[in-house]
Amino acid sequence: MEMTGSRVIAADRDTVWAALLSPDVLKECVPGCQSLEGSADDGFTATVVQKVGPVKATFKGVVTLQDRLPPDSLTLSGEGKGGAAGFAKGAAKVTLSEDEGGTLLEYNVDAKVGGKLAQLGSRIIDGFARKMADQFFEKFQQAIEGPADAEDNADTSEDAPKKGWFKKIVSG
Amino acid sequence: MPKDSGIGASPKRREDIRFLTGVGNYTDDINRPGQAYMHVLRSDMAHARIKNIDTAAAMAMPGVIHIFTGDDFEAIGGIPCGWQVTDRFGEVMKEPKHPVLAHGKVRHVGDPICAIVAETLAEARDAAEAIELDLEELPAVINMADALESGSATVHDELGDNLCYDWGFVEENKEAVDEAIKNAAHVTTVELINNRLVPNPMEARVAIGEYDRAGDMSTLYTTSQNPHVIRLLMGAFVLGIPEHKLRVVAPDVGGGFGSKIYHYAEEALCTFAAKTLKRPVKWVSTRTEAFMSDAHARDHVTKIELALDADNNFTAVRTNTLANMGAYLSTFAPSIPTWLHGTLMAGNYKTPLVYVNVRAVFTNTVPVDAYRGAGRPEATYQLERVIDKAARELGVDPFELRRQNFVTEFPYQTPVAVEYDSGDFHRLVDKLEKSADFGGFAARRAESEKKGLLRGLGVNCFIEACGIAPSNLVGQLGARAGLYESATVRVNATGGIVVMTGSHSHGQGHETVFPQVISEMIGIDESMVEIVHGDTANTPMGMGTYGSRSIAVGGPAMVRATEKIINKAKKIAAHLMEASEADIELKDGAFSVAGTDKSVAWGDVTLAAYVPHNYPLEDIEPGLEETAFYDPANFTYPAGAYACEVEVDPDTGKVTIAKFTTADDFGNVVNPMIVEGQVHGGLTQGIGQALMENAAYDENGQLLSASYMDYAMPRAADVPNFTVDHTNGTPCTHNPLGVKGCGEAGAIGSTPTVVNAVLDAMYSGGHKVDHIDMPVSPSRVWAAMQKG
Repeated sequence: MEMTGSRVIAADRDTVWAALLSPDVLKECVPGCQSLEGSADDGFTATVVQKVGPVKATFKGVVTLQDRLPPDSLTLSGEGKGGAAGFAKGAAKVTLSEDEGGTLLEYNVDAKVGGKLAQLGSRIIDGFARKMADQFFEKFQQAIEGPADAEDNADTSEDAPKKGWFKKIVSG
Repeated sequence: MPKDSGIGASPKRREDIRFLTGVGNYTDDINRPGQAYMHVLRSDMAHARIKNIDTAAAMAMPGVIHIFTGDDFEAIGGIPCGWQVTDRFGEVMKEPKHPVLAHGKVRHVGDPICAIVAETLAEARDAAEAIELDLEELPAVINMADALESGSATVHDELGDNLCYDWGFVEENKEAVDEAIKNAAHVTTVELINNRLVPNPMEARVAIGEYDRAGDMSTLYTTSQNPHVIRLLMGAFVLGIPEHKLRVVAPDVGGGFGSKIYHYAEEALCTFAAKTLKRPVKWVSTRTEAFMSDAHARDHVTKIELALDADNNFTAVRTNTLANMGAYLSTFAPSIPTWLHGTLMAGNYKTPLVYVNVRAVFTNTVPVDAYRGAGRPEATYQLERVIDKAARELGVDPFELRRQNFVTEFPYQTPVAVEYDSGDFHRLVDKLEKSADFGGFAARRAESEKKGLLRGLGVNCFIEACGIAPSNLVGQLGARAGLYESATVRVNATGGIVVMTGSHSHGQGHETVFPQVISEMIGIDESMVEIVHGDTANTPMGMGTYGSRSIAVGGPAMVRATEKIINKAKKIAAHLMEASEADIELKDGAFSVAGTDKSVAWGDVTLAAYVPHNYPLEDIEPGLEETAFYDPANFTYPAGAYACEVEVDPDTGKVTIAKFTTADDFGNVVNPMIVEGQVHGGLTQGIGQALMENAAYDENGQLLSASYMDYAMPRAADVPNFTVDHTNGTPCTHNPLGVKGCGEAGAIGSTPTVVNAVLDAMYSGGHKVDHIDMPVSPSRVWAAMQKG
């Protein structure tokens, strides 16, 4: 399926670009990500636990960054194998442009699933994928600019990464 | 008065006592000492190149005994195809290799890649997760029209393209048919899809392989409709085991509907693994595996044209069909869209010219093969849809248009090879018009409209060909098997009888019906007859059960063997009564001398046969056991007329079957209750196809409907109380029972009846919808009504 979306992030393009290449940010933002290792240049290996309808699986896969044109656009490609649950793969083309509020991030995701995920989850997979994409970019935005609403911080425990932490690191 | 025994009686099914009380003996009920368990790792990609399979980590897992891959089977045969079709140009079909385990490429989701044998099923499954598969995904070929485009990816690279065959029938008539259509007063055309189905027998497939080292004997327990066929196919063509070293047992089998005819990889895997590992090996299909490894059904895309003259006489029928074979040729797949489909395209009508073109196509989908009706539902659906549309276009009553064109004289030689031996189509329609109360339809429609519902009446006539035969003919048509049937009748010393039939019962009720025939012939109680089937070790070579052939082909084999028994018993009786053999009569279980009061009981004669103290040893051998093989002279031709009334909710598009009435000609009927049950089941499967069932693939070849969450099976609440009738039969002229077979009729006749009714309902609401594809789901009906 294909999905598109956009959001405005209150940071300059170089900051957003750097965040896209950061394994720490990606690990934080990929929903269900248990581990993510590697580098932007060599690609990442990741372990992601997800539940799609009745199918829960641990996906082991690789994420590569292609077509990098800093700080304008890149393509994130990922492929994960979930054993008996099947597989998921997809690519997200991300473009960054200047915007009044900071940086306009637009994404165009093409994803597909196979095996049991397709057999049992086809009715819900579109909604699921949209939710995943929304969660990813929501967390990504928060990682850079902090929570939209300060009250969201109220119950954040000490262990949890601080919202907006990436921006603090790169700016301070 | 209804009979209480013999032919025409309806004794309750004796096998139901064990089925309904949980003491049946299904393959999964069998467990052998020292048994290991097999799990099959299947492809979750539709089309991919196998770059590497690393089983090292999996082999080291707890409990793992062995992991088989395609390499293990490279040296031995693949899965054979049982029918070779010759195309329009005289060339034989393309026949790709069908490896037991995928080799080189995987070609559909569900294609088996590795077979893991472990101490427990859980360990086998866990090990499958540890197998490292390196698959390079290739473009999948799913849509048949796309598959035939030049430049399409190929399912089998060595074949060059995806066309299996381009079949024309009758090829010599092609020009005449084209000419007749060009010159017709009226031509009606329908383009339709016969939706892909998943057979879904209640019992999923199971296989257990066992090897006896002492006797070098392999045994396969399997969920099969035809154990002898499996023994021959697997023994001779796959594993190289001669029949006398291989026993195949198909015990109680919980439904087949065709899907358990075929030889499947798992049967060979278990047999091979048992011999290799010297341990029994059991495999049980999960329901999801069944969806992606049991042969699928139907999946035709068809254009049919019906030509009529100015007086509404049918002058020609022309069809063009794309038939999906799936990724490999299943055992009888090539015959379904050809000889079981094209030969029925004359239907009940005296259309003089018929031309059927079928292009069979390979795609990256589960193989497609016979399913209840097998080719005949596809033929009936298109023919009866185009006739219904013609009636609407011409403004004539749909039954009158059919009646006008009915074949009325028998035997009737059709222009599509087959010769109908008997039938009376007018009588069936006469009966149906009364039993379906056509006169009251207008009032029922008015009642429905008061409720805000649209009511439609759909009708249909069909003829089918069962008990496919004779063997020498089907051999000419490409069958690689004979299609006779066998029976051994063993009479015991005290008079009881065991019939060992080559037929197989997987729900049909042979154990009840076959004794009725013997009882009728000898005059002994049905309880004195036992039916044995399903084990190659104790039944004569037989072809099994499919195509409504058990009573039509297996029945006569049993009759012939019983006739031999009676002839010999009469000789013994004549000796015992010191009378002439010609004067001996058998009635009510006793032999008497005509014109005298002398008689001996059945049991006296059978005892004499085995204790031959007073016995004509110089003339006949002791014992009373006979075998017969019966090869029919022709198909049998059941026919029927069906009527369906539906209510359509114009707000939601939901279709409810309000009334379904049948008038069937099955020839003579042995057990009316069982016949009615067969019709009920067939109708329900047909209604399932018409309204609910659909095997859906996405463009990448992922099977989207692989569980009952997405694949809708009909349930009791989806069907009405059927009104069925089979009292207007015309006996088959060429078998000794006069029977025609009843297993498939309901599934053949029902789909066009339902769709015709739905269209009639929509028309009544002012929606001029000329065609709608199955399944006629609420969303499709609603969408059609918005447009039309």
